[in-house]
Amino acid sequence: MAFIDYYKTLGISKTASDKDIKKAYRKLARKYHPDLNPNDKDAEKKFKAINEANEVLSNPENRKKFDAYGEHWQNAEAFEQAKQQQQQQRAYQGQAGNYSEKDFEDIFGNMFGGQASGRGGREVRFRGQDFNAELQLALKEVYQPHKRTLTVNNKNIRITIPAGVENGQTIKIKGHGGKGVNGGPNGDLYIQFSIQNHSKFKRDKDNLYTTVELDLYTAMLGGDMMVDTFNGKVKLTIKPETQNGLKVKLKGKGFPKYKKEGQFGDLYITYQLKTPTHLTEKEKELFTQLQKLR
Amino acid sequence: MEVTDLISIKTFCTHYDVPDTFIDALQEYELIEIVVSDNVNYIKTTQINEVEKMIRLHFELNINLEGLDAVYNLLQRLESLQDEVRTLNNKLRLYEDL
Repeated sequence: MAFIDYYKTLGISKTASDKDIKKAYRKLARKYHPDLNPNDKDAEKKFKAINEANEVLSNPENRKKFDAYGEHWQNAEAFEQAKQQQQQQRAYQGQAGNYSEKDFEDIFGNMFGGQASGRGGREVRFRGQDFNAELQLALKEVYQPHKRTLTVNNKNIRITIPAGVENGQTIKIKGHGGKGVNGGPNGDLYIQFSIQNHSKFKRDKDNLYTTVELDLYTAMLGGDMMVDTFNGKVKLTIKPETQNGLKVKLKGKGFPKYKKEGQFGDLYITYQLKTPTHLTEKEKELFTQLQKLR
Repeated sequence: MEVTDLISIKTFCTHYDVPDTFIDALQEYELIEIVVSDNVNYIKTTQINEVEKMIRLHFELNINLEGLDAVYNLLQRLESLQDEVRTLNNKLRLYEDL
């Protein structure tokens, strides 16, 4: 993991006083706090970084370790012990070996498996971090309430996604984020939906739009035709002399309204006139007769 | 209103470790609504998320009540604008697909 300079994170110098640290933290926290930046992942990342920096630098003992050991500050005690052991060994063996910091890093890498060890010394209760997840669903899956089981932190959470949820919409599942620290409440889980539409219907909120091909004769003389709606077919009566591009509304045949059970938007159908091709001689003759009549 | 939709302020404050006066102040600034039933003060459970947010802003970020009032109004506007952007993006996608 890349070294994070906590002083840089808080925008302060290494000689900053405790008061300066507190002031810088408060200023940045007010700027990047997730409550003040809803749905802003960058702000959330920055907030976590400044929180981490503050946790280390506001604790005099941790700050001292960070100043002395930089990125290895968490292993400072082990570092000191290992250093003493190395010195003792060298003294015993009468060797003047030259051990670089890298050597110690290797030792600690082995000792701790390269993982960050726990940080103690926090007195304040902290709310657990919020988790963000994206869930991809097909449009037809959100036509009805949809049950899903998600695995978060090895725990299965069964959620019901309300019908009519929109692309890009986020729902919050309270208390399923990171664990609170020192008895603080758990964070929340935010799920953002990515709705993939592979149907022939275009969706705008709870209204649906589609185009239906209309043959010339039905358009001219009128008649009935079966058209697809999102959940089945309906019979549509076409008025005589229907024009190309005419839009009709089928009330209540659209998409379910979010969190309004039993209520639906409308379906808008645009007629697209399809003129006959490959005319026979007889048809051409009849069309010519019709043309002469106009 | 059903009692199950309400939480007594005393219970809320004990659970969240905040003084009752903070909730009273939120009401004075018309940031929350308090329901009185049988001489007991309650807040609606639907408001808990908002009150939690105000607790964090006040106690973690030292934002005073005047600031909370301003921030709260701006956040509502921000959230409504974010909703509008989302709707417009979806609408734009609709026309781009045509």
